[in-house]
Amino acid sequence: MNSIKERMINGLFKENPTFILMLGMCPTLAVTTSAINGIGMGLSTTVVLSLSNLLISLLRNVIPDRVRMPAFIVVVASFVTMVQFLVQGFVPSLYASLGIYIPLIVVNCIILGRAESYASKNPPIPSLFDGIGMGLGFTMSITIIGLVREILGAGQAFGVQILPLADAATGKPGFTPITIFVLAPGAFFVLSLLVAVMNVVRKKAEEKGKPLPPAQGCLADGCVGCGFAASCTGKSTAELSQLIESKPAAAKKSAESVSDKKEGEE
Amino acid sequence: MKELLIILVASSIVNNVVLSQFLGLCPFLGVSKRVETAAGMGGAVIFVITIASFVTSLIYKFILDPLGLSYLQTIAFILVIAALVQFVEMFLKKSVPALYRSLGVFLPLITTNCAVLGVALNNVSYGYSILQSVVNGFATAVGFTIAIVIMAGIREKIEFNDVPEPFKGSAIVLVTSGLMAIAFFGFSGVIK
Repeated sequence: MNSIKERMINGLFKENPTFILMLGMCPTLAVTTSAINGIGMGLSTTVVLSLSNLLISLLRNVIPDRVRMPAFIVVVASFVTMVQFLVQGFVPSLYASLGIYIPLIVVNCIILGRAESYASKNPPIPSLFDGIGMGLGFTMSITIIGLVREILGAGQAFGVQILPLADAATGKPGFTPITIFVLAPGAFFVLSLLVAVMNVVRKKAEEKGKPLPPAQGCLADGCVGCGFAASCTGKSTAELSQLIESKPAAAKKSAESVSDKKEGEE
Repeated sequence: MKELLIILVASSIVNNVVLSQFLGLCPFLGVSKRVETAAGMGGAVIFVITIASFVTSLIYKFILDPLGLSYLQTIAFILVIAALVQFVEMFLKKSVPALYRSLGVFLPLITTNCAVLGVALNNVSYGYSILQSVVNGFATAVGFTIAIVIMAGIREKIEFNDVPEPFKGSAIVLVTSGLMAIAFFGFSGVIK
């Protein structure tokens, strides 16, 4: 019982996938144009995450270590397909607004990340609740981001007009929506503010001597940071980033020698 | 011909894969520190997405659709893409070592890139023919390359700027991407 509660709190707050671990940024940016979309995407992800965690944990002793990534992907993709049809059948309006991002749950870092780092090493019940906790943490975060964008961009919350709009024709004073926030650029701005705020929080926590878990996803170290890029290639994360960094080093050298020459001429 | 041209412009510039669809964001943020690396990544993405959209549309047209298995598309596509990338990597290593040296590092990173799967799924949902799918894949990847190379160019300059402490690292990159997205918004009226 204790571990269930611990898993839920872990997913919702301590290792919140969006705010703390910074995983799954593609859907976070793409579907948070409104709070309702955030909830829909979050819950679909939660269902996939908890069921795939459960199944992968049950199969953890059966799946050979060498083919675990393809096996995980098949499990996740099957659940995603099921969820896709359920959403299409029962909530067609949500399906229309989420569109291609529902099948793309397959490549969401959170899901394969949890499968790799938790479900493949732990018994089924904690894994199930790890999935539920992480999923709800993700749902909560992207709903909050969606809400912020919706209020700033349209003056609405959950589709209800909460800020009365200004009307230039009648001279009625009110809120002028900052439309850019529900468009693509707004997503980048909101996320950048979020990252900046988390940088401050992280620093404060470190000063207090209680450091937060490190960010793992795209924002930390590119694809290299996404745990399973490493497991797909059989190279460690450090090796991969070294490979990428070593390439431009040669180019930099030649550029430096050119600039040296120029300085010499002067 | 005109139709293909429209797909080419629409997918590469108007609906830019990174800046308006948010696909392939990981490499866009992670591998855009130097123009050289960014161009390498772009090359690898063009290579993989073009081949992947050809193969996945073949599979959809000749296997999944005729057999009424189109509900398996997500599973089939992701496995095919993952296998394809490994295969391409091995093939390049053996037969075209020069190309492998310049693109090889980036290939494994693309395996689970959402842009590759996203293009394959889009090709199906737009009902593109095989030729149209290949053009769409190529154009999407070119759009990705444009975005990542511009971004790398800006980032090389940002390094010399005085960025506020909390915004150092990925936050300032996201602000920059937002501004780039606004710039690309200017193209949105070009094609209806």
